[in-house]
Amino acid sequence: MNTLQQIRFIWKPVVFLACLVPVLLVVGDAFGVTGSLSANPIEDIQDRLGNWGIRFIMITLAVTPLRRVTGWNWLIRFRRMLGLFAFFYVLLHFLTWLFLDQGLLLSAILEDVVERPFITIGFAALLLLTALAATSTNGMRRRLGRRWIKLHYSVYAIGVLAVWHYWWQVKQDTIEAKIYAAILAILLGHRLWHYWRRRR
Amino acid sequence: MLIKKPSDILPSEITGKDNYLNRRAFIRAGSIAGASALAGPALGAIVPDEARARLSDVGMSDLSTSEAPNSYDDITTYNNYYEFGTDKADPYRYSQDFKPRPWTITVDGHADKTGSFHFEDFIKPFDLEERIYRMRCVEAWSMVIPWVGISLAEVVKYFQPTSKARYVAFETLHDPVRMAGQRRRVLDWPYREGLTIAEATNPLAILAVGLYGEVLPNQNGAPIRLVVPWKYGFKGIKGIVRMRFVENMPKTSWNMAAPHEYGFYANVNPEVDHPRWSQARERRIGSGLFASKQPTLMFNGYGEQVAHLYSGLDLRINF
Repeated sequence: MNTLQQIRFIWKPVVFLACLVPVLLVVGDAFGVTGSLSANPIEDIQDRLGNWGIRFIMITLAVTPLRRVTGWNWLIRFRRMLGLFAFFYVLLHFLTWLFLDQGLLLSAILEDVVERPFITIGFAALLLLTALAATSTNGMRRRLGRRWIKLHYSVYAIGVLAVWHYWWQVKQDTIEAKIYAAILAILLGHRLWHYWRRRR
Repeated sequence: MLIKKPSDILPSEITGKDNYLNRRAFIRAGSIAGASALAGPALGAIVPDEARARLSDVGMSDLSTSEAPNSYDDITTYNNYYEFGTDKADPYRYSQDFKPRPWTITVDGHADKTGSFHFEDFIKPFDLEERIYRMRCVEAWSMVIPWVGISLAEVVKYFQPTSKARYVAFETLHDPVRMAGQRRRVLDWPYREGLTIAEATNPLAILAVGLYGEVLPNQNGAPIRLVVPWKYGFKGIKGIVRMRFVENMPKTSWNMAAPHEYGFYANVNPEVDHPRWSQARERRIGSGLFASKQPTLMFNGYGEQVAHLYSGLDLRINF
């Protein structure tokens, strides 16, 4: 097996399974197998899935800077999968809110999306992520050409919206939100720095 | 003495634990002991210095709800008590080694009787009563909790506030060594809360010293905490070390932290939303993954007892 084959047949499946661990733990906890959920299980599920959504957005955004710093170009082969897992966790976070938290009560959902800015922001991030996920295939990439790259630059906006959404719903202790903001600042800052250096 | 519980709830609904039966037997035994002691002086409230020890001579109250209380586990593992950390599981996790005794409570300000009292002496003049109350958190979740406590109205009366006393201010212990959450300035320590004298002397207000017929657990505010069930949970200040009778509206912790989000009154009100989330509905803890939220009631359903306290007050402004 050459390196490409190794990545495709060994490492990709391994990373895929690793990315599933957080959701499997949520399910395991819900059934009392791997542990248990808190006294407020819906909030627990929603928070954990949302947290992993942000983490996967950060991990995906880390691929390019990491590749530049280390020279490990093979990292790029995992970027699409990581991005799709970000979408997967954010979508599950949204569906938990929609079905379990709001119980599909339309009036409450509309009120929340329109009147609660942090929910509006989260919803916007989800819509953008959906667009990126829908255009993530090789075929779409070919068809969209240069526009594909422009569209997928919106992942930076998604990162900002996600951290903003998280920060805004915290009651008082913003330390975790600040950590995510710092990580995001480093990841986006690295790109700016790189861009500025190349223009000189 | 006949102690009657509303007959429509089964004991199993209330706790689901076998200790419920023990509790009943205990109360029955206590009531017999109480009856025979009637000739002598009243015993007064006694709370043993031992985690989860049973409380004796606990009276029942008409003010208790007939709704089924949450499980002991729910009530003691899902708490907001930032003194032990900001995660809901932190108070349970990080308060287990906390020693709530010896404990001193200072009473000062505009009152005839003031001074510092040992916890044991502070509660002694009063009677223990079980109060099963709804608890509505400002975060839009709720529980039903079987507190054991003493009437705050009796406590206030006992210390004989003067005519200058218009508010009662409370403070939590400030001890970052024993309360690790205080090492970070998430709030401006010590935690502070307050009530008007009229609120403090409302029959619903209690100082809780017990839960489920046992000594109050650390994570729930041992050894003594405020319970005002028509207000959002954050008004229920825990680990009280100071009670002060004051003339002006005292500063309160959450109001200091975010004045446009948390007011002094903090009455449960489905009409007035938190700026960042709706207060119209609430999630009842323990109702399961697929239960829908339930509508939040004005004054958390205690309007009959407390609405008159706020007549003429615009509750949108005085939230």
